[in-house]
Amino acid sequence: MTTITRRPEARRLPAHARPNRGRRRSWVTITLFVLPALALFLLLVVAPIVVAVYASGFKWNGFGGLPTDFIGFDNFTRLLESEIFFTDMWHLLVLVLLCLVVQLPMALGIAMLLNQRIRGRAIYRLVFFSPYVLSEVITGVLFSLILSPTSGLANGILGLVGLESDFLADQDTALMSLFVVMTWKYFGFHMMIYLAGRQNIPNELLEAARIDGATGWEVFRHVTLPLLGPTIRISVFLSVIYTIQLFDLVWILTEGGPAHSTETLAVTMFDIGFGRSQVGYASAISVVMFVLSLVFALGYQRFVMRRDLEGATTAMGDTR
Amino acid sequence: MKRTVTLIAAAVLVAGCGGGEAPQPGSESGAPQKVTLEWWHLSTSDPLKTVYEKRAKEFQAANPHVTIKMTVLENEAYKSKVTTLTQSGKAPDLFATWGGGVLKQQVDAGLVKDISADVAPVIDTFTTAALAAYQFDGKTYALPTDIGMVGFWYNKKLFEKAGIAEPPTTWSGYLDAVSKLKAAGITPIALAGKEKWPGHYYWAYLAMRIGGLPALQQAAVDHDFTKPAFVQAGQQLKALADLQPFQKGFLGAAYSTPDGQAATVSNGKAAMELMGQWAPNVQIDAGKGLGEDLGFFPFPAVEGGQGAITEAFGGGGGMAVGADAPPEAIELLKFLTSEENHTKAVAENAVLPVLKGEESAVKDANLKIVADSLATATGFQLYLDQAYPPAVGAEVNDSVAELLAGAKTPEQVAQDITEVAKSE
Repeated sequence: MTTITRRPEARRLPAHARPNRGRRRSWVTITLFVLPALALFLLLVVAPIVVAVYASGFKWNGFGGLPTDFIGFDNFTRLLESEIFFTDMWHLLVLVLLCLVVQLPMALGIAMLLNQRIRGRAIYRLVFFSPYVLSEVITGVLFSLILSPTSGLANGILGLVGLESDFLADQDTALMSLFVVMTWKYFGFHMMIYLAGRQNIPNELLEAARIDGATGWEVFRHVTLPLLGPTIRISVFLSVIYTIQLFDLVWILTEGGPAHSTETLAVTMFDIGFGRSQVGYASAISVVMFVLSLVFALGYQRFVMRRDLEGATTAMGDTR
Repeated sequence: MKRTVTLIAAAVLVAGCGGGEAPQPGSESGAPQKVTLEWWHLSTSDPLKTVYEKRAKEFQAANPHVTIKMTVLENEAYKSKVTTLTQSGKAPDLFATWGGGVLKQQVDAGLVKDISADVAPVIDTFTTAALAAYQFDGKTYALPTDIGMVGFWYNKKLFEKAGIAEPPTTWSGYLDAVSKLKAAGITPIALAGKEKWPGHYYWAYLAMRIGGLPALQQAAVDHDFTKPAFVQAGQQLKALADLQPFQKGFLGAAYSTPDGQAATVSNGKAAMELMGQWAPNVQIDAGKGLGEDLGFFPFPAVEGGQGAITEAFGGGGGMAVGADAPPEAIELLKFLTSEENHTKAVAENAVLPVLKGEESAVKDANLKIVADSLATATGFQLYLDQAYPPAVGAEVNDSVAELLAGAKTPEQVAQDITEVAKSE
């Protein structure tokens, strides 16, 4: 126990003055505790990444042992020259923008409403959150029934006012329909995060603002919103990372069609790797996705979430 | 991301440690060792589904030391799951295959057992046409369980209503019939645009009728799909698509779901579909079924084309044995295709004849037409997505789907397929 719990006065000592032996013992303890998780992490996360990077340099159909036909960066140049890569990136951009402009503000608005004292708010919270509990595949099957152009519920209702649509079966509306399904599934999750963040804001601050004569909107704009900053930043982060990896929902709903109009990087990768047996090329796509996620994650944490994460990753050295 | 990379790499990792679990056949002393057989197939609809369940039970009863573990998956899911497993260096003990380029690739990777010697005593009972897709360099890698062809399955009543007396035998007659159906307010064709493979039948058949079988065989060798036959096939398909013959929302429709291609025809909401010999069974499974109103006619000939209307496009189904499978897997395969058992399955309209002299067992009138057309066929072409390497087959399906969606021109289709074929 003594190795872990330090009394307050011990903490105030400068690092170099601490007894060396205790420090070493605590390192041994840390190593022992971290080792199993570290081994799993290396085996299941780092090793696959290394293998994928390795395989991305080969022309390889995935059969029979290790790849042998080394082609350098050809898989990457082929990807960058292919039309489908830019289509995928465009879809990524559109979906991210829609999330930021529509999905998250909507979640925030509903969270603010459900923070008020209204009758049955527990039920509303439950209902709005419940889609998130469903698996992506079930959501996909459910909506492919609802959005069926010929026999779906959506057209049954919209038909009454003459607003039928082909939804997922039309190149022009497929991506929007996909976004609607994504929003249905995920806005409840973001709403819950915002609600939790909102409840962490002390009422005294809001009260003080109101006493100073701020209107409802001004209180929200100048007190609530800034204090929700860290929550919003993390929810944007999760939303973007999810969109980069988007696969399950698309695969069930459209398989990327019609005519690639809902295809994402992950769908392209799956199609190339498992549909066409070009595992080397598919590995190259997975590497690109990895780099994309990594650059975004690091950049976002470094520049946007810097203050929120103080003491965690970026500013590790300073807190010693 | 992590998940996707992990998936690929997990497959790679498993590749290193596959194999080696095949139990030895029962040694002379005592009872034979217990064996579990992994059997994968894709017969999700009756009657074949039940037939296979029955056979598995019978085989286990006759061989108490064998336990059969069946994995039954729908077409597309089956293809991806087998690909994933075979890429990890393993294969199920007994698994469904269409033969052709995909089976060849698995054979080259050493995943499929050469069963030539084991089936030598029974090989002569099979028809040559049924066996062709499973033999490479004189060696047999699978036995056929079914053979059939793709053609139009149509609703006789709706054709009558539109004033079409006889099913068309020429392409211009066909386009004419489509227009007549449209004029009568009937959706002419149901198509599963989401799944892509049903669309490639049109393009492949048109290429076959225009360029003849040699054109398709030549393309497999020189990888050139930009020849006139293929471009014209695309143009004719576009001419058909321009008539807007397909059901509402066909680009998002699946094949066997309750609002899919089979159900649309089955419920009388479209006049026909271009599909293989299993179509009647899937129709009954997915919808009400047409009963006596269902008819079959072969893909019409194209005027001025090299191919004849008697040339069939299609394929069968066979069962291959995994490289590490115990001998019982071959026994099970022989059991399934034995004259007694297979003829029973034919009599139940589950499959079509693959054994010599089985034709008389076909009961259903439409299946009889298919069996007879096959028996008198002057040429045979395997499904393109099975005959060519996977990447080429997939590109054919993809490009044709885009052509139907109006996103690619016939020339682009030809070029894109050629590009992939040349890079393989």
